Amino acid sequence: MDLILLILVPVLTLAALMTAGTKAQARMIAAAGTGVQLVLSVYLVIVYLMERGSGNIEQMLFTEKYVWFNTLNIYFSTGVDGISVSLILLTAIVTFTGVLASWDVDYLYKEFFISLIVLSTGVFGFFISLDLFTMFLFYELAVIPMYLLIGIWGSGKKEYSAMKLTLMLMGASAVLLVGLLGIYSYSSPTGATALTFNIIEIANVDIPVEAQRYFFPMVFIGFGVLGALFPFHTWSPDGHSSAPTAVSMLHAGVLMKMGGYGCLRVAMYLLPEAANEMAWIFIILTSISIVYGAFGAIVQTDLKYINAYSSVSHCGLVLFAILMINEIVMNGAVLQMISHGLMTALFFALIGMIYSRTHTRDIREMTGIMKLMPFLSVCYMIAGFASLGLPGLSGFVAEMTIFVGAFQNTDIFHRSVTILAASSIVITAVYILRVVAKILLGPAGDNLPSGIKDAVWNEKVVTIILIVAIAGMGLVPLWLSDMILNSLGPITEKLALIK
Amino acid sequence: MENFLYTLIIPVILFFSFIFTGLSGNKFKPAVSGIICTATVFISAALSYWTAYQYFFLHGKVNGVYQIINVYKIEWLKFNETLSIDIGILLDPISVMMMVVITTVSLMVHIYSIGYMKGDSGYSRYFAFLSLFTFAMLGLVLSVNIFMTYMFWELVGISSYLLIGHYYNKPSAVSASKKAFIVTRFADLGFLIGILLLSAFAGTFDFNELTNPNGNAILQSASTTFMGLSAISWALILIFIGCAGKSAMFPLHIWLPDAMEGPTPVSALIHAATMVVAGVYLIARLFPLYVFTSPVALEVVAHVGAFTSLFAAIIACTQTDIKRVLAFSTISQIGYMMVSLGVSGYGAEEGLGYMASMFHLFTHAFFKALLFLGAGSIIHAIHTNEIYSMGNLRKYMPLTHITFLTACLAIAGIPPLSGFFSKDEMLVAVMEKNIFLFAVQYVVAGITAFYMFRLYFTVFWNKDKKYEHVPHESPNVMLITLIFLAVCSALAGLIPFSQFVSSNGVPFSTHIHMNIAIPVVGIALAGILLAYALYKKESLSPEKIKNSLGVFYRSAYRKFYIDEIYIFVTKKIIFNLISVPVAWFDRHVVDNTMNGIAYTTNFVSEKIKYMQSGQLQQYAFIMVAGMILIFLLTLYLIIV
Repeated sequence: MDLILLILVPVLTLAALMTAGTKAQARMIAAAGTGVQLVLSVYLVIVYLMERGSGNIEQMLFTEKYVWFNTLNIYFSTGVDGISVSLILLTAIVTFTGVLASWDVDYLYKEFFISLIVLSTGVFGFFISLDLFTMFLFYELAVIPMYLLIGIWGSGKKEYSAMKLTLMLMGASAVLLVGLLGIYSYSSPTGATALTFNIIEIANVDIPVEAQRYFFPMVFIGFGVLGALFPFHTWSPDGHSSAPTAVSMLHAGVLMKMGGYGCLRVAMYLLPEAANEMAWIFIILTSISIVYGAFGAIVQTDLKYINAYSSVSHCGLVLFAILMINEIVMNGAVLQMISHGLMTALFFALIGMIYSRTHTRDIREMTGIMKLMPFLSVCYMIAGFASLGLPGLSGFVAEMTIFVGAFQNTDIFHRSVTILAASSIVITAVYILRVVAKILLGPAGDNLPSGIKDAVWNEKVVTIILIVAIAGMGLVPLWLSDMILNSLGPITEKLALIK
Repeated sequence: MENFLYTLIIPVILFFSFIFTGLSGNKFKPAVSGIICTATVFISAALSYWTAYQYFFLHGKVNGVYQIINVYKIEWLKFNETLSIDIGILLDPISVMMMVVITTVSLMVHIYSIGYMKGDSGYSRYFAFLSLFTFAMLGLVLSVNIFMTYMFWELVGISSYLLIGHYYNKPSAVSASKKAFIVTRFADLGFLIGILLLSAFAGTFDFNELTNPNGNAILQSASTTFMGLSAISWALILIFIGCAGKSAMFPLHIWLPDAMEGPTPVSALIHAATMVVAGVYLIARLFPLYVFTSPVALEVVAHVGAFTSLFAAIIACTQTDIKRVLAFSTISQIGYMMVSLGVSGYGAEEGLGYMASMFHLFTHAFFKALLFLGAGSIIHAIHTNEIYSMGNLRKYMPLTHITFLTACLAIAGIPPLSGFFSKDEMLVAVMEKNIFLFAVQYVVAGITAFYMFRLYFTVFWNKDKKYEHVPHESPNVMLITLIFLAVCSALAGLIPFSQFVSSNGVPFSTHIHMNIAIPVVGIALAGILLAYALYKKESLSPEKIKNSLGVFYRSAYRKFYIDEIYIFVTKKIIFNLISVPVAWFDRHVVDNTMNGIAYTTNFVSEKIKYMQSGQLQQYAFIMVAGMILIFLLTLYLIIV
């Protein structure tokens, strides 16, 4: 399959959106465009699996290479393996449901959908790029529309949140850029003319350890900030709480995954010696993220804050898993990215739907909404169960893979932090059930607006798609897990060689 | 060997009935859901009996030893070459026995619920969750892989959560369900870490390899030690913590009495007969591992079990809510099973404790389910749980009375009812190994008889109380199940259990040990007589005894303040001492640092922006000043 299609479809959608006149047209075009993209992504998974099934063991499939800037050897080179394919599918699902969840945007609807699609273009481009430079370019393309989306269509302290989020992420990408250029400058043993940005080519070069020690923290922190690495996670609660529904969905569901993906694909893969040496520092930071985020979520009273802290905890687990360095646990990291992406998108979608009916997100002001909107409440419970790792839903598969994998490290340090990380399953249960008990159950409150109706069709489509994906992954995980595992070989081999 | 593949249907059919009823239950009349779910459980139960017949009498034995049969096994999630989660069905004597118990009790509870839950607004939801629970429980006992056990372990936890919270409009039910889930989740963390340790030291999750006495897992496990205990001991103790959570062993028992907020048939099924014995079952499943690699862990099991059985029995004497008395009685009886497992050895006669424990699990399931369903029948009639608001009910509810009495006699261990036989075997096993534990268990046997008959005399005899309306006997659909279970409770003890279940699969025969049986029946009768004297004749006033016991009575009534400690830990420590400071730290320290950086940048640029004022004189001044400064600096450098 031609991967460029994954960029082309959003671009065409954008062009069509420019011509849209009415709100109905704009949202139909956006839904159609992202729908096509979703079909395309499913198709990509199928052809990918067929290609692998027919015995193709190339590291990257469907590779293409377009010259972009010859003098500096910048290419737009694309290709996918099991990791990126699964994340592309996640992105397509979340984008499509995100568009449906913003069906009733009233203000500057055309511009809203344009920004949303630009954002998703950035994400798709990021996941198919094999070239550090274009990867970085798409990364920025995804981050910048976020500023507009929160600043214009947000709520609450939206200017503050938008500014904070953008500044922190931009600050991180400045550090990241230095790290990437550093890798570039060591990317050729033969001389300056043969320097390259291509990840696969750089992986064959041995970057001196002294240089790696500088660049690894830069790249890891640069991507890690987007993955809510403690103590650089504070953009997340404010950003999520101010963002409109679809933006929260995309941001927590997909953008934060770019952080994890970047850490895995660039920091760990290209700088393996430093990764092995310095992992312990970041393991400590991510362990803090996991437990700290979960405890932070216990006392929050705003639904979005609870979910933002929960994301800090769950995304901390992703980075934690990447740093434990073995095949099982890294597989778990990718599974956790997908699982968290799906369930957090579901959470934010539901919070948006509940908010649009109750006009509050404060859990102290809601009670017994199970009686008023049973469909949404049941969906919220399912999302909660996925989050606390109920078997049969996606969270269990990912978390257990991480814990089992992390425990295969034989030293006491790795095992103790694994036990610490595993204890988060209890704390998660506490904050999830607290919310469920407070807002969904109990006698129906009388302070809520009267005449509340349950979900309408587009909301049902959103929640059902996401729940089917979550349950699908939770019930039949083997194909996904195998697809990812088979692609982790090059990365773990390189890391293990150094060990 | 007979193909047992049809056993797959037994759990799977229930999953489908859950999905079907859950998704479309509200599209039909409520009665339809009840009938569909009951019919599915009936099919499951019938197939279970058929499997039990096939297994125990026709195809299970090879050369006189019951085999472990892996009927079906597929890889569900693969970690690496040796570690994977498999889904499948494992048949051996205890799993077949459990399958029969679960489907039987579940079928009775389904039928009973058709009458009991009539008119409830959550009728089809209730039946959907009952199906889910039965599915999960069957998956738990039939699992081939310890991780599969863990999965279904969590699933029974969630279905228990959903069913305790059935009356979700009631705040007490909501908080009880939350408490049950979180306490067991905490215990499950121990279970999970135990599994992780096992995976690292035994290198497999598969039961066949883990529990094979000549397998690698057992032979190679004693290598590493940590704080004086081998790693495998730690793993097994941690797994026991998981079991203690599910089986409500001290100090993780606090959720079970509160779980009585759920509908009474649910209490009968989940919190008396099936789910709460999952911990006992899991230890029995891993028994070879415990016996051969870690006698220490078994000691822990036995002592925790003994303490819990005494502790819960004392509390049961003071409670006044009929379901709570039964809940503490359940805790106490499970403690019994744990003790018996804990003192057991491996082998045929050597493993008497193992057999007795499973036997008691089997008989207990019937009489305890019967007690709960009887209690449900009473609650159904007079709409209260308080035993002091009941009295003389034998006049109004003759059938409930007879069946309840049967169950009371069975649990008290009066021959020839079932409890007598299983209790006798257990006490013999304990007597042989540990005289101290025997003494504890002997006393508990007396207390058990006492509190059961305290309940019985208070509820069914004495004077009439003021009732809202004249109490009525329950509908036939409920009575049928009571009668069926009463027959089971009476006769289950006559099954030659040791011919079917033993720790190594070799059948052996047992007999009644008169030297134990007579004193045990004696103390049980003494307990009954004391209860008669106190609560029927009222020749001795219970009030006086209460007062003379003073502090001890009050603390037993308050369940020894364990609940207060729990509240203290969760509210004060987890919420106020950890979470609130963490959230404060995050908002005020971490976030303000980030904001501080932004404000500093802002502040500095605010200050220096006036340097770009656009005034030529100022620029010229700065330029000249700078030049002079550089000149002086150069001069200074040259001179020095």
